[in-house]
Amino acid sequence: MISDPDVLGLLYLVAIVCFVLALRFLSSPKHARRGNWIGGVGMLVAIGTTLLIEGLGNWALIVVGAVIGTVVGLVGARKVKMTAMPQMVALFNGVGGGAAALIALAEFHETDGVLVWDEALSVALSALIGSISFAGSMVAFAKLQELVSGRPIVFPGQNVANIAILAGAAALGVGIVAGLEAQWAIAALIVLALVFGVMFVLPIGGADMPVVISLLNAFTGLAASATGFVLDSTVLIVAGMLVGASGTLLTLLMAKAMNRSVANVLFGAFGQVQVAAAGARGDDGRTVRATTPEDVAVQLSFARQVIVAPGYGMAVAQAQHDVRQLADLLEEKGVDVKYAIHPVAGRMPGHMNVLLAEANVPYTQLFEMDEINPEFQQTDVVLVIGANDVTNPAARSDPASPIYGMPILDVDKAASIVVMKRSMRPGFAGIDNELYLDPKTTMLFGDAKDSVLKLISAVKTV
Amino acid sequence: MSELTFVVELTILVLAAFLGFEVISKVPTMLHTPLMSGTNFIHGIVIVGAIIVLGFADDTFTKVVGFVAMALATANVVGGWFVTDRMLEMFKRRPEPGEREPK
Repeated sequence: MISDPDVLGLLYLVAIVCFVLALRFLSSPKHARRGNWIGGVGMLVAIGTTLLIEGLGNWALIVVGAVIGTVVGLVGARKVKMTAMPQMVALFNGVGGGAAALIALAEFHETDGVLVWDEALSVALSALIGSISFAGSMVAFAKLQELVSGRPIVFPGQNVANIAILAGAAALGVGIVAGLEAQWAIAALIVLALVFGVMFVLPIGGADMPVVISLLNAFTGLAASATGFVLDSTVLIVAGMLVGASGTLLTLLMAKAMNRSVANVLFGAFGQVQVAAAGARGDDGRTVRATTPEDVAVQLSFARQVIVAPGYGMAVAQAQHDVRQLADLLEEKGVDVKYAIHPVAGRMPGHMNVLLAEANVPYTQLFEMDEINPEFQQTDVVLVIGANDVTNPAARSDPASPIYGMPILDVDKAASIVVMKRSMRPGFAGIDNELYLDPKTTMLFGDAKDSVLKLISAVKTV
Repeated sequence: MSELTFVVELTILVLAAFLGFEVISKVPTMLHTPLMSGTNFIHGIVIVGAIIVLGFADDTFTKVVGFVAMALATANVVGGWFVTDRMLEMFKRRPEPGEREPK
């Protein structure tokens, strides 16, 4: 049993150092895994230290709660497919935020609401942000898991309603800081925050998920940090803030990669406006040209350089292993194969990198947008696999397009482009893609996995 | 726990924010998904709060709420860590031509 606060503080300091090192080691894929282990050690130190605090009771409850959590966490972590990673991240965000909100609720109850203003502020913030993060993450999870439509869900007056709900929750928070001691206040605050969490993620479309997931990640970190203020715990404050900083940075990066402000992503209900805009555009009498796997196989086999541009469609079809096999075959024939990764391809930051890593594609073959864009001109064939908006030249040329100004992969600069796509349906952003009408482009319709498998057998016979 | 004043805690918070930005900005794009899942694991640190609340809970309400928080936080820690480990295991360098396993 430890009762000396200095000893506790020092042990928590060890945990803090471990967490910082864990993030530090993530700067290179070579050490990243070791970093996670160091983080794990830090977490064990923090948990062990907490369990040694003098006067702790309710051991049965602690153990049973831990066992339930461990089983759920382990099963979830083992079973999840790499393609379902965005959902999983959303889910863990949610449970962390939920835990923070519950801690605030319990603390308010234990003290009968009698709190000094700064404690009251921390409790209110922890409850507010934690609840928003919990509810928002659950909706994000449901959208990514396709339990509800991934398209934006909007109704008139939505932004006004959202602001009203948030203002209500904030007013209760101010009341609590000002000395409101009633238990209903915190309960109502949590309910309003939960409703707001649902309402603010519902109108956000699938293509904007990388921003939302990052933001929810930041929220949960900040909620944990606020909990640290409630409990006077440095390790919670620092670790929570590290997560908050990381989530904020990723949110800004993702928004920048789409050339939009975070506010525009959250309140713009993307996908609504441009369906109309795109419908008004004529196709100038140009038509798309369909092709066959055999033709593509010949094109690929005699190319010098092929660039693969993957998108969410590859994740949905779980085609990453087959894509890699195709790339291997081509390399055996002396073709140079590279992968072009757009920062917002997929549903979360770095989504494509993880999928291709799972398929054992060496990360030295993966190129970021800025590195690969100059190469398209020297490229014979680009294989666009389930990517849409990130390849749309309208982002460069058409000021009327809703994605105008978004940096894209310059696939249209290549000698020829093969687009693998399930159908001519527009992408998640709901915009027509001019690339498909380009005379250099041919379309290979079908499920990405099927198409790649057909390509593999066709390439073998060339 | 040692009593810290609000301002000291705020100072720690702000310094941690700067440290966080500094460290995270060095993480390459390629590792952004593991970064998300790794930070997911780190915010599982709320488990410390859950243990304290549950461990010092007197009445039924606090016990129930603390118990749920404990289960959620543990799922966060355990799940977050294992998912990150699984993911990072997959990031490998290009193998030498001879050792490339057929697939």
